Amino acid sequence: MKAFLTRRKSLLVAASAALALTLSACGGGGTGGGTNPTPVEKPSFAAGSTMEKLASAGKITIGTKFDQPLFGQKGLDGKPVGFDVEIGKLIAAKLGIPADKIEWVETVSANREQFIKQGKVDLIVATYTINDKRKKEVSFAGPYYEAGQALMVNKDNTTITKPEDVKGKNVCSVTGSTPAATIVEKYGAVLVPAATYSACLEPLRNKQVEAVTTDNAILAGFVNKEPDAFKLASEETFTKEPYGIGLKLDDTEFRNWINDQLESFAKDGSYKKAWEGTAGAVIKTAPELPAIDRY
Amino acid sequence: MDVIIESLPQYWDGFLRTLFLAVVSGIIALVVGTLLAAARVSPVTALRGFSMAYVEVVRNTPLTIAFFFAAVVLPRLGVTFQQFEIAAIIALSAYTSAFIAEAVRSGVNSVPVGQAEAARSIGMKFSQVLSLIILPQALRTVIPPMINILIALVKNSSVAGAFYVLELFGYGKQLANEHGDAVMWVLVGVAFFYLLITVPLGYVAHQVERKVAIAR
Repeated sequence: MKAFLTRRKSLLVAASAALALTLSACGGGGTGGGTNPTPVEKPSFAAGSTMEKLASAGKITIGTKFDQPLFGQKGLDGKPVGFDVEIGKLIAAKLGIPADKIEWVETVSANREQFIKQGKVDLIVATYTINDKRKKEVSFAGPYYEAGQALMVNKDNTTITKPEDVKGKNVCSVTGSTPAATIVEKYGAVLVPAATYSACLEPLRNKQVEAVTTDNAILAGFVNKEPDAFKLASEETFTKEPYGIGLKLDDTEFRNWINDQLESFAKDGSYKKAWEGTAGAVIKTAPELPAIDRY
Repeated sequence: MDVIIESLPQYWDGFLRTLFLAVVSGIIALVVGTLLAAARVSPVTALRGFSMAYVEVVRNTPLTIAFFFAAVVLPRLGVTFQQFEIAAIIALSAYTSAFIAEAVRSGVNSVPVGQAEAARSIGMKFSQVLSLIILPQALRTVIPPMINILIALVKNSSVAGAFYVLELFGYGKQLANEHGDAVMWVLVGVAFFYLLITVPLGYVAHQVERKVAIAR
């Protein structure tokens, strides 16, 4: 019995070691590169507006992604970093809220509308594509960036260069996301649904899926982290994905105010600075702020 | 409410996949579980040890770990498959068979030891004692706990939704995302389709139990 117990223990140790190895391969941090905006001193807003409420509360809850290299990724130190995070910090600063008073909440593709509706977050800056269906649920400020859908494949893959090549093949994307719907409905791929984009990397590595599809900006982050394993199938994108800042439906006052701020970031150079410190590590040329959609 | 009617094709597809996962894993688990229980009471020390170690390790770790091993670790070791349903079936049947083994073992223990001794004394081999005398009685006693395990299996199959399989729960998540205004109804629909499997399963079990079960 004693001998048996030690054998079982060694089994458990081996199993947990294997697990730890695999898990560590999925983790990883990102680089900082903060704009470190100085919060505005005592900003004044119209009474009753969302801006006034947030400014007087002195804190804000912002939803972002925690697993998206370059845009929103939470490292082991617990601080999310990325372009989305910097945009969030810049907006908070204009409300007089310093970066350490921002509460970051993880929002994934499937829960963003709900989190805004339920008031769990004040804003969402999370590679959030503006589309008409979502506009019925939430309002969007921006766009602050325009991405496009692309395909990521294994480094040694030469058969897939354009979206038409994935017909009838396994392609991984996130359940319920726009790219997932596009690749299935328009290009006839077989969807392998994952909970997060990072969960798509293992099946791709193991060649259980031929490609991973989502916005090029997101994929670029994964390629940047593992340039020896993955590559983009093509530099060209096959959709346009304007990223917006999600907020409560029909809070037009707040939306217009954020739009004004975005334009001011572009003017004073902080938009460019936010890009260069984060996504600029991979996509060298800082983008122009797209034309704001004041619908 | 409309959302359920509108999404019936998705629900149906998810329902069939859930049913498929549950039926295939259930059959494998019943067979493997019974074999494990037989190994547990066998005269061979190595078999007893293996069965005990397997049951203790698998039964005492979360199902998600089993899925993680089947869907991510196995492919890394070179066992790749294009259909993630296979990973789900491996995980579900490996996990459920540990519980089945324990249920069957308790049934075996409920058969008076005198029966095994009597069978041995008329010259039966261990395999004969087990298959002709012990198991037919043991399996009948454990039908109620077995059904509990199978119902749990149906519900456990929802974990596959997080591991690349678009089954009932996976569709539930997708529909919830598409119909942000009717999440509650989407989930009610998901629950309904699970009940469509589990309630009849319970009923069938009740009938079988009345026919063959023996109380001790």
